[in-house]
Amino acid sequence: MTGDAKFRVFRGDRAGGELKDYDVPVETGMVVLDAMHWIQAHAAPDMAVRWNCKAAKCGSCSAEVNGRPRLMCKTRLDDFKQGEPITVRPLKAFPVIKDLVTDVKSNFEMAKKIPAFTPRKGAEWNWRQEDIDRVQEFRKCIECFLCQDVCHVLREHGKHEEFAGPAFFVRVAALEMHPIDDLDRTKLLKDAFGLGFCNITKCCTEVCPEDIHITDNAIIPLKERVVDNHYDPVIRLWRWITGKKTV
Amino acid sequence: MTDKYERHDFDVIVIGAGGAGLRAAIEASAQGAKTAIICKSLLGKAHTVMAEGGIAAALAHIDLQDSWQVHFKDTMKGGQFLNHWRMAMLHAQEAPDRVRELEQWGAVFDRTPDGKILQRAFGGHTYKRLAHVGDRTGLELIRTLQDRGVHLGIDVFMECTVTSLLKDGDRVTGALAYWRENGRSVVFRAKAVVLATGGYGKCWKVTSNSWEYTGDGHALAYDAGAELIDMEFFQFHPTGMVWPPGVMGLLVTEAVRGDGGLLKNSAGERFMWKYLPEDKRKDFAETPEEAERWLKAILAGHQTTDRRPPELSTRDNVARAIYTEVKEGRGTPHGGAWLDISWQDPERVKKKLPSMYHQFKELADVDITKQPMEVGPTAHYAMGGMRVDPDTGATTVAGLYGAGECTGGMNGANRLGGNSLSDLIVFGRRAGAGAAEGAKKAGKPEVREEDVEAGVKRMRAPFEGKGESPYVVHQALQEIMGKYVGIFRNEADLQEGLKQLEALKPRIGNIHADGSMMYNPGWHLSRDLKNLIVTAEATCRAAILRQESRGAHSRTDHPKPDAKLGKVNMAVKKGADGMQVKPTPCPEMPEELKKLFEDKK
Repeated sequence: MTGDAKFRVFRGDRAGGELKDYDVPVETGMVVLDAMHWIQAHAAPDMAVRWNCKAAKCGSCSAEVNGRPRLMCKTRLDDFKQGEPITVRPLKAFPVIKDLVTDVKSNFEMAKKIPAFTPRKGAEWNWRQEDIDRVQEFRKCIECFLCQDVCHVLREHGKHEEFAGPAFFVRVAALEMHPIDDLDRTKLLKDAFGLGFCNITKCCTEVCPEDIHITDNAIIPLKERVVDNHYDPVIRLWRWITGKKTV
Repeated sequence: MTDKYERHDFDVIVIGAGGAGLRAAIEASAQGAKTAIICKSLLGKAHTVMAEGGIAAALAHIDLQDSWQVHFKDTMKGGQFLNHWRMAMLHAQEAPDRVRELEQWGAVFDRTPDGKILQRAFGGHTYKRLAHVGDRTGLELIRTLQDRGVHLGIDVFMECTVTSLLKDGDRVTGALAYWRENGRSVVFRAKAVVLATGGYGKCWKVTSNSWEYTGDGHALAYDAGAELIDMEFFQFHPTGMVWPPGVMGLLVTEAVRGDGGLLKNSAGERFMWKYLPEDKRKDFAETPEEAERWLKAILAGHQTTDRRPPELSTRDNVARAIYTEVKEGRGTPHGGAWLDISWQDPERVKKKLPSMYHQFKELADVDITKQPMEVGPTAHYAMGGMRVDPDTGATTVAGLYGAGECTGGMNGANRLGGNSLSDLIVFGRRAGAGAAEGAKKAGKPEVREEDVEAGVKRMRAPFEGKGESPYVVHQALQEIMGKYVGIFRNEADLQEGLKQLEALKPRIGNIHADGSMMYNPGWHLSRDLKNLIVTAEATCRAAILRQESRGAHSRTDHPKPDAKLGKVNMAVKKGADGMQVKPTPCPEMPEELKKLFEDKK
């Protein structure tokens, strides 16, 4: 793919904005973020774009490319049909600050609510690779918030106050499944984090740039734990008799 | 006085939220200091996430004979003895505890078959020493520290850029910053300030560094009167991507070589044997067969008496080797060398090097389990920075502390891979403690309003500037540094480079920024360029003065090391008539440490 690519980029702020057209010369292997940098250097030096590593490791350059939440640094121009305009908009689930930059502070507030890793007293700091494979999968999360953006509970229904969102279920799963973590976060998941709102449409899994199986490996097992600990009558009875937290 | 500006008071402010800044803030906060972190990006996005291969610490989980003494010796040898011995010593002694502490805070490292933290081989390290999580160790480190900091309740000012340090007399008492979102100024008063801003790789076009790496801490400290050392030493990582153009310079982790990656030229020759320094040859495998036996032992997780492959020479040496191969006509189609891990089990490659697998597959259409990678040198890491006290991180200016890449001394003339992540947590903790202690003794910090006003005016000047776009000027700076202050240097080039950098200064002063104060990257770059030019000039001037080749500094007109220059660090300081550079003696190593180097012979 050579020649020019046509881009339509959202330019505006909280008060509103519009798509502006830019023609960008194409190089082999070019990604959308390269095109945004070209526009900054040649046409719009004040165009706001968030980015850091340019290697899909930091999760900063999230945007919606032709309507799909993506990392711009990983989105190749040759994935698109030549000649057709490529539209780039900010993440829809978060308030826009300017151009492609959105206000994602709510995510950092949510992170504060998750009780920290709490190792069991007297535990051995020794575990097998098989025991941590699934935790390591969750810890790959680069906090790009694409899963938050695509999740309809947040995107369509705006339940940012009642629903933590996939990224934070992944975070909780990493703690809950740590071999020596000693806390039970299922009540938090059930109440403050609104895990029940998720109806397993798997949209989050589809957009995850780290290929984390968010729904199958994090959300569904967490839902099962919530059910076991809070709804299962046998377990509830056992807990009532023994006074123990878990079976 | 009516307040035009947002103001905050803290005991300790930490500028930068990578590994060093976070660890410093955690320590300061744990010591009871009211602490804030100020960072240019969102929390958790700092350059530390880019670190891949691992954290060097003599845990001795695989090679039982490893110890802090051997790690210390490797570090000093890697730095060609220009390192501050006490930094190298403290680092080697404390790194294992800092790694275990990360685990206690929730980090989940890869394991050995018997359940301990797994360690991998890296260039310049005698033993397998790097604790790691696949090839995303930096992410694990930053996420662990980020969580810890958040739960300690440290105040975080995200997307907030510091533009000058504020002083009361000779003491640093605060910082002036602006919110990137709206350009509004913020005044911080603090009893102690820690700089942990990272490096300045954005001086070069081909770099593994992000937009943030503009030498902010180096320049802030320099402007506040602090001394910088070892600025002539900038590490070019031997393996950056060379194709396609958009990803040129992107890092390819040394773990590829640590796990058995072979370097070959266009003729298929494994060229690294040719480039091993004579005095180090005995540390490396003599034949491909011995190298293969070493690899087999590694893959099986066994100890071995076989020696490591030549690909695991130090970074400075491998970078020069690749550069030379390409220059002499034996480069790959896009001007690099082949790095080949495709001979290994594809599943193992995907498991141990997942980021590399995806990076090449998605960005270069190369399947590294089937094809070799094309790699070449990329500007990566600043060995030079603020001169600091090894124990407390105190700079030469009262109230000002430093940790991590923006400091000098730990790495000398060349850093070993894996020593940066350990540097961050060892000296981040020390600087945080030093700053908290210093804050206890400091009086109420005062800042001078005329300094605040002058700083705000300077920051807004580009909107009135009549000159060029910041992007054009940045490109000019990168061209000068690439052409005259690169891997190989000589007197004529460096003098020409310096002349051109001087000519660039008025262009930087005259930059024109378009648009408003709302999240305006062009305007932000206008300010960052003022930091970059300080680091560029310091690198160039120190390189002129060091008329020898040592570590990352290679002079074609002085190809050998000079014993006299091996005993001095070049120190850069702001003088009345501009930048001054002079040699200062390296701190003398105590006898008992010197003996460590004699014993082996």
